[in-house]
Amino acid sequence: MLSISTIRSIPLFRSTSALVATALLTLAGFAAGVTRGADKELQQLFIAEPYLELHEGPGRGYAVTQVVPRGDAIDVLYRRTEWFRVRTQRGVEGWAYQRDMTRTLLADGTAFSVDLGDRAGYTSHKWELGVSGGDFSGATLISMYLSRAFNEQLALEVTASQYLGNASNGYTLDVGLTHVFRPDWRLSPFVSLGTGFLHVQPKGTLVLPEDRSDQTAYVGAGLRYYWTRRFFIRGEYRTHYVFTSRNENEEIDEWKLGLAFFF
Amino acid sequence: METRARVLLLTALLLPLTGCASLHWPWSKDRQAAAEEPVAVETDETASAPPSVIEPEVARRKVKVAKIDSENIEIGAYFGALSIEDFGTGNVYGVRAAYHVTEDFFFEANVGKSKAGETSYETLGGDVQLLTDAERRFTYYSLSLGYNLFPGEVYIGRGLAMNSALYLLGGIGSTKFAGDQHFTVNFGAGYRVLPTDWLAIHIDVQDLVFQSDLLGKDKLTNNIGAYIGATAFF
Repeated sequence: MLSISTIRSIPLFRSTSALVATALLTLAGFAAGVTRGADKELQQLFIAEPYLELHEGPGRGYAVTQVVPRGDAIDVLYRRTEWFRVRTQRGVEGWAYQRDMTRTLLADGTAFSVDLGDRAGYTSHKWELGVSGGDFSGATLISMYLSRAFNEQLALEVTASQYLGNASNGYTLDVGLTHVFRPDWRLSPFVSLGTGFLHVQPKGTLVLPEDRSDQTAYVGAGLRYYWTRRFFIRGEYRTHYVFTSRNENEEIDEWKLGLAFFF
Repeated sequence: METRARVLLLTALLLPLTGCASLHWPWSKDRQAAAEEPVAVETDETASAPPSVIEPEVARRKVKVAKIDSENIEIGAYFGALSIEDFGTGNVYGVRAAYHVTEDFFFEANVGKSKAGETSYETLGGDVQLLTDAERRFTYYSLSLGYNLFPGEVYIGRGLAMNSALYLLGGIGSTKFAGDQHFTVNFGAGYRVLPTDWLAIHIDVQDLVFQSDLLGKDKLTNNIGAYIGATAFF
């Protein structure tokens, strides 16, 4: 019995090594990219307020070490969370807060607009990522999802989950559509519909059943509640229909609650 | 009789038509706007300020808004020592990816692996082996929420200042050890120093807690690890 689990651990082991290798390659690629990125075209903005404060670091507590006077131009290098790394005409670099940046102007005199990550962003955004925990027909569930919105209401969602139970462990991978009824409400209901895979690894008992993969379909409903900034809480119920190769299909109830953010 | 019915039908048809004007047809709105515009111009000329001396004839420049890089993602690797409860301390290494959502909070995913040593029972008992070699592999992943508790700066000597942060981390995940997978809760704290804006050095300590009945009794095991790692922002 135990030998089976020994064999199974090998692919996971290999995939971890692959992950390490991928990360190292990405790092190497990034290091090369840093030097290449230097001659990129930068966004130029003009200060319209009496001055723009530049902080030493990307956080509200960092000291203001420079100010840029009205009329001066700045180049925007990149953004980290709510902060923009900018360079003045004199070559001084610093971090400017996003709310201050919305008061700067483009070369044509129009205001520079920024995605602020507030309630308006909650109503209408492109991406969501969330982690949740819950119950998968009695087993403990760990789940993660990524969603890409087509509009305020409809989004394509990919969910990867692992469940750990007494009789079996397993994975699910689902792709589906989610429809939010009122994206402008702080607490808003949604429904979901999709299809996916369920991989079951039964635990060793007297008779060891084999691992199996089955196609599934799911329908679900849930609630999401805007918490603060870019965060919202999301609770969901899904019922999965497992199309087994046996005589009857299986139904699995899934409950989960988690934290998600939009970007 | 027939004519009366016709009249009735015609009135029924005409009645809703009278309401048409009150509806907002797209074309009627344009017409209204067109009708109102000249009036507005007239009042302007008669009642108000002197005409401007210079008519600005500047054509608006078309400005292309450049795409601004968002550098919220942090990817890197770490290594360290992991104390696996009852099984001694072993080397551990792994990868981490984080997304900084706000200046205070970030999501982090970790995948790491280690190898358990021997229990004292195995060491003293001579040839006793509780686990096979493959079962001693300790693989885990965790999905955590992090909070930058104390952002700040460190100063090295007179001329070097680097941004830093002390952060707290907590989350859920799974551990594969001794032929089984365990639901794992992780929590810890770390310190991040950024020598440049895109490179971060991490030192952190995390506890992986899971229920295990490996040694006969069901108990909560604490597997504390200390790690050092480097990540890059992009």
